[in-house]
Amino acid sequence: MAYVASAPKEPFRLSMLVYDTRYRSYTIQIVVLFLFLAFLAWLLNNTIENLAAKDKDINFSFLFQRAGYDIDQQLIPYTNDSTHGRALFVGLFNTLIVAFFGCILATIIGVFAGVLRLSGNWVVARLMTLYVETFRNIPLLLWIILAFVIFSETAPAPRDFRVTDEMVAAGEAPSAHKILFDSIAFTNRGMNIPRPYLDHPLGSINVLDVPINLSGLAVLALIAIGMWVNGRLLGHAKAVQEETGIRPVTWWKSLVVLFVPVIVLLFALGLHWEIPELKGFNFQGGINVAHSFTALLIAISLYTGAFIAEAVRAGILAISRGQTEAAFALGLRPGRTMRLVILPQALRVIIPPLISQYLNLTKNTTLGMAISYLDLKGTLGGITLNQTGRELECMLLMMAIYLVLSLIIASGMNVFNTAMKLKER
Amino acid sequence: MQKSATFVRKEMLQAQEPPTSERGAIKWVRENLFSSALNSVLTIVGLVAAFLVIKAALPWLLHSVWNANSLGECRDIIAARYGEGATGACWAVVRERWHQYLFGFYPQELFWRPTMAFGLMFVALAPVLYYGNQRVNTIMTGVVSILTILALIGISLAFPQTIGGVEAGALAVLVAALVLGGLTAVAWLAPKRLLYFTLLYPAVGFYLLWGGSIWGPIGTLAGFAVLVVVYNLTKGQLGVVVGTGAGVVAAAIWWLAIQSHVTGALHSVLPLGTAHVDSDEFGGFLLAFVIGVTAIAASLPMGILLALGRRSDMPLIKALSVGFIEFIRGVPLITMLFTASLLLQYFLPPRSNFDLILRVIILVTFFSAAYIAEVIRGGLAALPRGQYEAADALGLDYWQAQRLIVMPQALKISIPGIVSSFIGLFKDTTLVALVGLHDPLQGVTKVVRAAIEWKGIYWEPYIFVGLIFFACCFSMSRYSMYLERKLKRDHR
Repeated sequence: MAYVASAPKEPFRLSMLVYDTRYRSYTIQIVVLFLFLAFLAWLLNNTIENLAAKDKDINFSFLFQRAGYDIDQQLIPYTNDSTHGRALFVGLFNTLIVAFFGCILATIIGVFAGVLRLSGNWVVARLMTLYVETFRNIPLLLWIILAFVIFSETAPAPRDFRVTDEMVAAGEAPSAHKILFDSIAFTNRGMNIPRPYLDHPLGSINVLDVPINLSGLAVLALIAIGMWVNGRLLGHAKAVQEETGIRPVTWWKSLVVLFVPVIVLLFALGLHWEIPELKGFNFQGGINVAHSFTALLIAISLYTGAFIAEAVRAGILAISRGQTEAAFALGLRPGRTMRLVILPQALRVIIPPLISQYLNLTKNTTLGMAISYLDLKGTLGGITLNQTGRELECMLLMMAIYLVLSLIIASGMNVFNTAMKLKER
Repeated sequence: MQKSATFVRKEMLQAQEPPTSERGAIKWVRENLFSSALNSVLTIVGLVAAFLVIKAALPWLLHSVWNANSLGECRDIIAARYGEGATGACWAVVRERWHQYLFGFYPQELFWRPTMAFGLMFVALAPVLYYGNQRVNTIMTGVVSILTILALIGISLAFPQTIGGVEAGALAVLVAALVLGGLTAVAWLAPKRLLYFTLLYPAVGFYLLWGGSIWGPIGTLAGFAVLVVVYNLTKGQLGVVVGTGAGVVAAAIWWLAIQSHVTGALHSVLPLGTAHVDSDEFGGFLLAFVIGVTAIAASLPMGILLALGRRSDMPLIKALSVGFIEFIRGVPLITMLFTASLLLQYFLPPRSNFDLILRVIILVTFFSAAYIAEVIRGGLAALPRGQYEAADALGLDYWQAQRLIVMPQALKISIPGIVSSFIGLFKDTTLVALVGLHDPLQGVTKVVRAAIEWKGIYWEPYIFVGLIFFACCFSMSRYSMYLERKLKRDHR
C-alpha cells in the first residue's frame, strides 16, 4: 500500500525561478550565460575599438615575412633571411630540446635523490634532504641566473687555452685546459663539444624545407630494430623460464643485438670526431653549446629533480610497510626489495605527480628568457613581437602553442599512466 | 641428607654490557653509515663531497668583509688581511644596498610606511593563522609590535630626516608605538576583536603603501558598507538570494559610478592625505610581498569557487570552470604576465590605464587560483560520499552544507597542496622582473651588478636574496605542518 502520493501540483509562480530548486539551476545558468556573453562582447568590443584607435588589424601574414635576426642555437637551418614563421619553429625546437633533456635529467636526479633520502645511511639521507629543501625553497629564476652568471664569469677566456712558443720554451702550461680527454673546451663564451663527422654520409633529403639526415635516420632505425629484437629475446627467455623454471642467459645476446649493428654501421660510415681547436680568438670546429642552454638545462633539471624526489619519496612511503617486511621474509636483499617489490608499486603513485612536474618543467623553460635563451618565448614572443609590433597575434599564437604542447604531454603521459595502472579483474 | 645433583641458580646474573661493536657511537656508525659495502661507498662519497664544499666555502665565509665601498676595496682588504690570493665574501654590497633589496626605489623618507604595513600585516594575520589559540595570538602581536618598532628606529637612524624641525623618524616611531600598542592591548583584552582589524587591513595596507588622498580607500570601504546596508534592508522582503544580489549591484553602482565623484568632492573640501608613491617606485622584497600576499589572499577564495564550479551539477558553470582552469594550467606564467603588460591594453576600454602592479596581481591571482582549484578538487573528491548525503539529510542547503560540512574537511585534506601552491606563487613573484618590475632577483640585483663599484660580484647578492626566499618559503611549509598536526582529528 503506497502512502506516497505525488506532491500537489502548484501553479507556476515567478518566484519559483529563485526559490524552487527544480528551476533555480536554470535561472542561475541563464544569468551566468548572459553575463558571460556580455563580458565576451565587452572584451571583443574593446579590442576592436583599441585596434581601430591604433590603426591595426589582426593579421598573421607577418609570419611569412623576413625575420632579420639571428638565432645562435638552431636545430633546423635558419638564417636571418628566413621568415618569422621559421624563427617560430626554431624557437619551438629549442624549447622542446631543453624540455626533453630536462625531463630525462630531472627524472634521474629525482629518483636517486628520493630513494637516497629514505636510505638508512645517515649522511646520504641528510645530504639529500639538504638538496631537496634548498632547491624547493628558492626560486628557479635564481638558479638559472646564478648558473649562467657563474658559467660566463668564472670560466676561462679562450686565450687562456693558448700555448705559445715562448710558453713551450719556458716550460709553462696554459692557465686553462680542455676537459674530458682534451675534447671539451669550456670557455666564458660557451662550451665547445666534439661533433660527430662521417666520411661516407648517406646524404640528406629535404622534407618541407627541413633537411633530414639519412645517416642519423639509419642509426635510429637500427637502434629501434635492436630494441625490438631485444624485446623478443627477453620475451622468449621469460617464456622458457615459466616453462622450465630456468632462465636462459640473455645478457650477452642483448648486448650483441643492441650495440653491434650500430657500431658496425657507424664504422662503415666512417665516424670520427671533430675536436674543437683554438684558432684565432676563439675555438673553431665542434658544436658550440651556448651557456644559456647549459645553464637553463642544469638549473631546471636540479630544480625539478627536487620536486620529483619529493614525489618519489611520497610514493615509496605510500607503500605499506608490510610489503617490505614480506619481501625481507622471502629473503630478498634490500636493493632487490626496492627494485622488485617497492618501486613497481610506488610507480603507480608516482606517475600522476610526475606528469605535472614534466608539464611544469616544459612551461618553466620560458624562464630561459632571463638569460636570453631563444626558445619559443624568445623568438615568437620576444624578438618577433617587438619587431612586428603585433602583440595580440604573437601572444595568442604562443599561448595556443603552449596549450597544445601541454595537452600533448599530458595525454601522452596519461596513456602511460593507464598502461601502468593496477589492472583489477 | 641427599645432595642435589643439579645446580640451580637462585639469583639473576647481572646483565653484561653489550660488546663494544654493538653499543654507543660505534653501533650507530656501523648501522647508519657502514651497514653494507654500497652504504660505505655512499657515506664516503657523501662525506668527501661535503668536505670539498665546506673546504671551498668556509674560508670564503670566514674572510667576509662588511665595511667597504666597492668590490675592489673589498678585495684589497681581503688581500691585506689574509694574504695575496685569499678569497673572501664581500657582504659590503648587502650592507650598502640593503634598502634597495628591501624597498626598491621607494622614497627613502617614507621607508617607515612599508615597514609599518609589513608589521601590521602580521598583526592582521595572527588571528587567522592561530585561530582559537589566543595566547599565541597575543604573544605574536606583541613580538611583531616590538620588532616593527625596532625596525623603525633602525630605519630612522639609517636615514635621518627632519620635516619642519621635527625628527620625522621619531614621529613615525611614536605613531607606530601608539598604533601597535593599541592593537597589542586589543589582542590582550579582547582577542576576538582583532579579526575586525584583519578585515580592515587591506585598506590600511594599501593606504600605507601607496599613500595619496585618504578618501580613496575610505570610499572603497564605503562600498562594502553600502552592500551590507542594502542587503539588510532587502533581506526581509526579498529573501537572502535576491538581497545579496541587490547588495552587490548597489555596491557596484557605488564603486563604478558614484564613488569617484564623492571622494573627489570630499578631497577638495578636506584635502587629507599623505605623499603619494608611484607603483614603479616599488621594488625588491616589498614588491615580492605586495604581489605574493595579495595574490595568495585573493586566490584562495577564487580557487574554492572554481573547484566548486568544476564539481557543479550545472553543465554551463562546470564548462566555464573547466575551461578557465585548464587554459590557465596549460600556459606558462610568463605568458600571463606578458598578457598583463601587453594584451590587457587591448581588452580594456580605450584610454583606461591602470597600474601595472595591479594588472600583474590580477593575472597572478588567476594563475594561482587555477592551481589551487585543482588541489581543492582533490580534497573534495577524497571526501566520502556519506558526508554530502548526511548534510542533505540534515536539511542543509548547498551553501550551508559547503560551509559547515564539506569545506572544513576538504580544505583540511588539501592544506599541504594549498601551501605548496602558495610557496610556488611566492617564488614566482620573481618573474615580474621580465615585464619590467623591480623584483629582488632580476630587477634589483641587475641594478646592483651594473653599478660600477659592484661590477663582477655574483655569489653574495644571489646568496642574500636566496636566503630570504628560503626563510619565507621554509617557514610557510613548516607552518603548514603545524596546521596539519593541529587539525588532525583521527586518533591513530
